[in-house]
Amino acid sequence: MSVRRIMGTETEFGISVQGQPHANPMVASTRLVNAYASAEVHARRARWDFEEESPLRDARGFDLAREAADPSQLTDEDLGLANVILTNGARLYVDHSHPEYSSPEVSNPRDAVLWDKAGEQIALDACGFASVTGEPDIVLYKNNTDNKGASYGAHENYLMNRSTPFGDIVKHLIPFFVSRQVVCGAGRVGIGQDGRGHGFQISQRADFFEVEVGLETTLKRPIINTRDEPHADPEKSRRLHVIIGDANLAEISTYLKVGTTALVLDMIENRYLTSDLTIADSVASLRAVSHDPTCSYLLQRDDGSTLTAVQLQWEYFHLASGYVEERYGVDADADTRDVLARWESVLTRLERDPFECAGELDWVAKLKLLESYRERDGLDWDDAKLHLIDLQYADIRPEKGLYHRLVRLGRIERLLDDAEVAAAMHDPPTDTRAYFRGRCLEKYPDSIAAASWDSVIFDLPGHDSLQRVPTIDPRRGSKAHVGNLIDTSATALDLFSALTR
Amino acid sequence: MAQEHKQPRKSTESEEAVEEVASTTEGLAERKEKLDDDIDAILDEIDDVLEVNAEDFVKSFIQKGGQ
Repeated sequence: MSVRRIMGTETEFGISVQGQPHANPMVASTRLVNAYASAEVHARRARWDFEEESPLRDARGFDLAREAADPSQLTDEDLGLANVILTNGARLYVDHSHPEYSSPEVSNPRDAVLWDKAGEQIALDACGFASVTGEPDIVLYKNNTDNKGASYGAHENYLMNRSTPFGDIVKHLIPFFVSRQVVCGAGRVGIGQDGRGHGFQISQRADFFEVEVGLETTLKRPIINTRDEPHADPEKSRRLHVIIGDANLAEISTYLKVGTTALVLDMIENRYLTSDLTIADSVASLRAVSHDPTCSYLLQRDDGSTLTAVQLQWEYFHLASGYVEERYGVDADADTRDVLARWESVLTRLERDPFECAGELDWVAKLKLLESYRERDGLDWDDAKLHLIDLQYADIRPEKGLYHRLVRLGRIERLLDDAEVAAAMHDPPTDTRAYFRGRCLEKYPDSIAAASWDSVIFDLPGHDSLQRVPTIDPRRGSKAHVGNLIDTSATALDLFSALTR
Repeated sequence: MAQEHKQPRKSTESEEAVEEVASTTEGLAERKEKLDDDIDAILDEIDDVLEVNAEDFVKSFIQKGGQ
């Protein structure tokens, strides 16, 4: 309960072949993933198992006809694109002309940040492995737009109870998503999808959202995405696929993004939210909030009252804090108390002066740097140098990326240390099924034919056909469940025999 | 804790009044400067790593849309 819930993040990285703006991004992405696989994934390469994937299933209860779908929505056909499963339980692959890292399933917000940051390091290593003398380097950016009209996502996934009416999720999450960008926006120079308008805005993604609810992720993007592909028992669970978030570099931004969202989901599931926080014209409001870095834009309610995005976040905060107090009291877990404390602290300072959050939040850190440049060099918002700073903030290389520079200059706080991030590049979380997947890949690489979120498929001596071990419950297959068994099974056959005994 | 001890002792009433007038007339720019007086050093460091031709570099960052 509380902020603890099965969750994970996905990052589509911006990709650039240095000096070759028109290089085929699919080729470059494939080169990266394959380079990482050759260097880090030992022996036989396990295939991705698509059996349980259903990207056209809609949470509202119907399936989109395949013929009616845009080709970009068909993610379940193995197009022969590079695709590897890692020993930390994550998936690294090519999706829509971008390299993508999908984190393993984790059980709490801090772990979500940890395996998200591990993904950045894996992507960085992939660039290193792909680097060949005489060939231009590939550079990755953890951002969401090229400022020329294209956007790519940074998604969050949350496991929810199937019994929660989808309408409740829609109703209570839309105002939350419209306002949460003041906490977890990544900041952007340029207004409008092609970035032609001059100015700074809080969110990378806001200008790319066009409807409130829908199944699409690549066109007519909806604030609430209805893809219903639970990767778990569909009778009991749904996976809420959140596509509206920005790709964050700052650890505290990511932490609050998933932590506060998890708290709101818990309140929705437990029917705690009874007040109506609906605001008028959410799509236009989303953009208006993003376009006002002073955080003073007034959102309209149906009853005619108005409030700022920070005030709306305060309403969610007070509900969440009252909820935790009422349901858990002094027994509230440390993760939940920490998320609440940081959320409260950030909102207090955002209300006083957003610049006070420059050490924690991406958009404020970026804006402060940009404003400093504007002041020193007298630059207007259309100056290429400011656009460059925006872009280079997201460069994942520690020596070039401005986020990394600010961290090293002591300007941005961290939540994690380098050693735990390095370990998370190879080790899976211990308390979800990612543990089973990751450990099997690490210990029995030659015996795994394929794997996916909800299965591991073994190729075993003495068995004519492949043996599929379903991992339908994300909470099972943890270290507590199978750690001992894997430790004591010398071969995959030993493990399989023990599991099926 | 160490910082707390370094706080200047309470000044006399007249000095306080003078300070208050000064801070309101100095305005925002002054306050910003105080907030981050070593910002120039930071910008110098960032200058060293910024890509050289900003305009070309930004123009050549072209992506295909994703999800």
